[in-house]
This record gives sequence, C-alpha cells and structure tokens, in this order.
Amino acid sequence: MKKGVMRPGHVQIRVLDLDEAVAHYTDLVGLTEVDRDDQGRVYLKAWTEVDKFSVVLREDDTPGMDYMGFKCLDEATLDTLRGALIEYGCTIDDIPAGELNDCGRRVRFTAPSGHNFELFATKKQLGTSVGNHNPEAWPRDLKGMKAQRFDHCLLYGVELEKTLNLFRDVLGFDLVEQVMTPDGKRVAQFLTVSMKAHDIAFIDHPEPGKFHHASFYLETWDDVLRAGDLLSMTDTSIDIGPTRHGITHGQTIYFFDPSGNRNEVFCGGDYFYPDHEPITWDAEKLGKAIFYHDRELNERFLTVLT
Amino acid sequence: MQIMTTEFCGPFQPFRIQVTNRDQEFLCPAGSNLLKAMERKNSGCISVGCRGGGCGLCKIRVVQGEFHSKRMSKAHISDDDLEQGVVLACRISPASDLVIESDQYQPPVAG
Ligand code: FES
Ligand SMILES: [Fe+2]
Repeated sequence: MKKGVMRPGHVQIRVLDLDEAVAHYTDLVGLTEVDRDDQGRVYLKAWTEVDKFSVVLREDDTPGMDYMGFKCLDEATLDTLRGALIEYGCTIDDIPAGELNDCGRRVRFTAPSGHNFELFATKKQLGTSVGNHNPEAWPRDLKGMKAQRFDHCLLYGVELEKTLNLFRDVLGFDLVEQVMTPDGKRVAQFLTVSMKAHDIAFIDHPEPGKFHHASFYLETWDDVLRAGDLLSMTDTSIDIGPTRHGITHGQTIYFFDPSGNRNEVFCGGDYFYPDHEPITWDAEKLGKAIFYHDRELNERFLTVLT
Repeated sequence: MQIMTTEFCGPFQPFRIQVTNRDQEFLCPAGSNLLKAMERKNSGCISVGCRGGGCGLCKIRVVQGEFHSKRMSKAHISDDDLEQGVVLACRISPASDLVIESDQYQPPVAG
C-alpha cells in the first residue's frame, strides 16, 4: 500500500576524477550541470525532470554509491515515514536542509542490504527544459544520449528478505518481479513505488552495500542504439548491449563511467498496477531473465561492482 | 570527449609486457593502459571488468619495471598493495618493459 513515497529523487555517486566524471555524465549521457557546492560536489539534472538535480557526483578514492534518495509527497508525510522507520527499528540520521544545495531536510537510514537511502520532500524545482506552458517536444540543445530522467538503481547486497520487508511494509513499495532458487530463496527483487517496472532493484550478493548501476531513461530503441554508437565514438567502456532484459522487458545498454561505476540507458519496459501479482523467474533462467537474447549472463554482471 | 589523460613520455616503441603466471606477453605503447593493450591483442591474460579503476577485476602485481598510474579504488588497492606493486591494469601505463602477474583479484565470499 502506498505510503507517500513518490519516486527516485537522486543518487550520489563517488568518482575518482571529478572532471572526467562530469564530462561523462554531461557530454555523453546528456545531463546538465546545474550547481556545485563548497564540498566540491557537482549537481546534474536530466531534461524532463522538474526538480533541480537528480545526480550528485563526489570525488573520492573509492567509486560507488553514497546513497539514493526518494522524494515523498510533503513534509508531513516525511514526518510520518520518519516515525515509521524508527518504530520499525531503523537508525535514522537527520540531514539538515541545505546540506545538499536547494534540498530540504533528509531522513537517512541504512537498509539491511547495506545501502544508504534517504527520504526527502522538498527540493527546488527548475522545471523541465521545455517548460509547462505549450511545451515543445524536446529541447534542441541536448547532448550525447539525451537522457530523459534518472530512473532507478540496481544494488547488490545481503539480506534481501529483510530489505523487501522494509521497503514494502514501511515505505509502501510493491514487489514487481523476483528471481527464486528451487529451494525458495529470493536472489533478485525488483520493486516499484509507481507505475514503472522498477524504481529500485536488489540482487543477492555476499558483500553488503555494493553498487551495480544507475539507470537513465531514453525515449526509443533507436536512442538506445545511438547510445551504443556514442560509446564506440568516445571509446567508452561498454559492458553489454544494446539488448533486451527479460525482467521488465526493457531495451537496454550497460556501460561504465570513467571510474568504473556502471550506467544503464534503457527504454520501454512493463508497467505496474498494485493489483498485479509478482512475476517470478526461476534462478536457472537467470541468464534469459537478465539478457533476453544472449540467454546467459556475461561474467561481469555478477562480479563487476563498485 | 577524451578520457585518457595519462601523461605521455618516453620512446615511441611499445613496451613488452610479460605475464609470467599465464606464460604470455603482449606489447603496450607508452600512454596506453595495460588492460586496453591486452584487450587489443585479445589474449585474455588479464581479467576485464569496468576498465575504470573501480571494480578490481584487473588486479595484477608488477614484479619488475616502471609505470605511471592514475587513481585506483581504495576498496581494491591499499597503500600496502601499492608498495608491493599490486595495481589495477586498467589504471597503469608502462614506462619500461614490465614483468607482471595477473589474476590477483579475490572475489568476495559469503560471511
Ligand atoms: S577493470 Fe575494473 S578496476 Fe580495472
Ligand atoms: Fe536497470
């Protein structure tokens, strides 16, 4: 049941070299730099998003994800959810308004999977790049892959069951799709808080808190193909694709940023309503579930993480 | 967009990279990272992951020779490692012929 969490709001990614990373996420992925702060962090926005930023880059000596933030309906909802998290047994870290530029207070917690998440309700809005009044189809000055929005993250970690319980029971996410072993262990779970095929996904992994990818939405399959062209033109590290996922049925390409963090751009995919039963894949079909055409995993899918 | 920024110095002749544990060798030009040169030869003697210094899969030990390096993930290369010549092949470029051992990456185990 919905609890007032609206959508993925932002992801903060650690990079080894800030300038290289900014060039990657702007010139290649097509995000726009909107701000920098006194900690040296760079704020990026995709053109269909209304909020000021969705990706924050922080230079550090260990690539990976600092946290992913979800936007809630309003400040009252944020209070309710904060209380519910505490009651559930989560340790809360209250991040004051302004710690991220133009973002309200955030309620941070660590999921059983080992990842940091946060909830917030207020962020300055810049609006989409085409505005709200008689908007044109798209802005004409976009770069690279022209990513439309930050869509979801796939994270690798421990305690999938407990993580699902927290996201479902406290935060109001639904389980859309899962991969089960013959003895009934869930090894992958795709969760949504919207009509999208997934807003967050987890895969079972012995190390907690690992980052598999941050994903950005494109409009068409042709855009995914051209994203692949751009990766070759720029000699950027490709992981796999263009291809299709079995899970979500989205059309996708995986690649890496200059610090080895995996990115995805994708289009299409299934939709979800709360009366949908979860879709189940058998673990022995995992290859096809992830890469529908190859029908087997490339080794990197399970091992290459930051 | 140009990602490679490793400074270029030294002779134009490519350096010889010996991979002792695989009994193979390949050539790597100055200014190219080791992993890229290995992939160009398609020899598979070093494991390929992210190609960006983040995942640790390409971890090697340089037994002999000089090299330049770019920043590498601390999660995979500690200061101790660096002292022992343990580095990420995707983040170093040779400044001399090198003797290396590949397959230094240890996957995480369930605990
Ligand atoms: S291939 Fe990932 S660190 Fe070198
Ligand atoms: Fe994805």
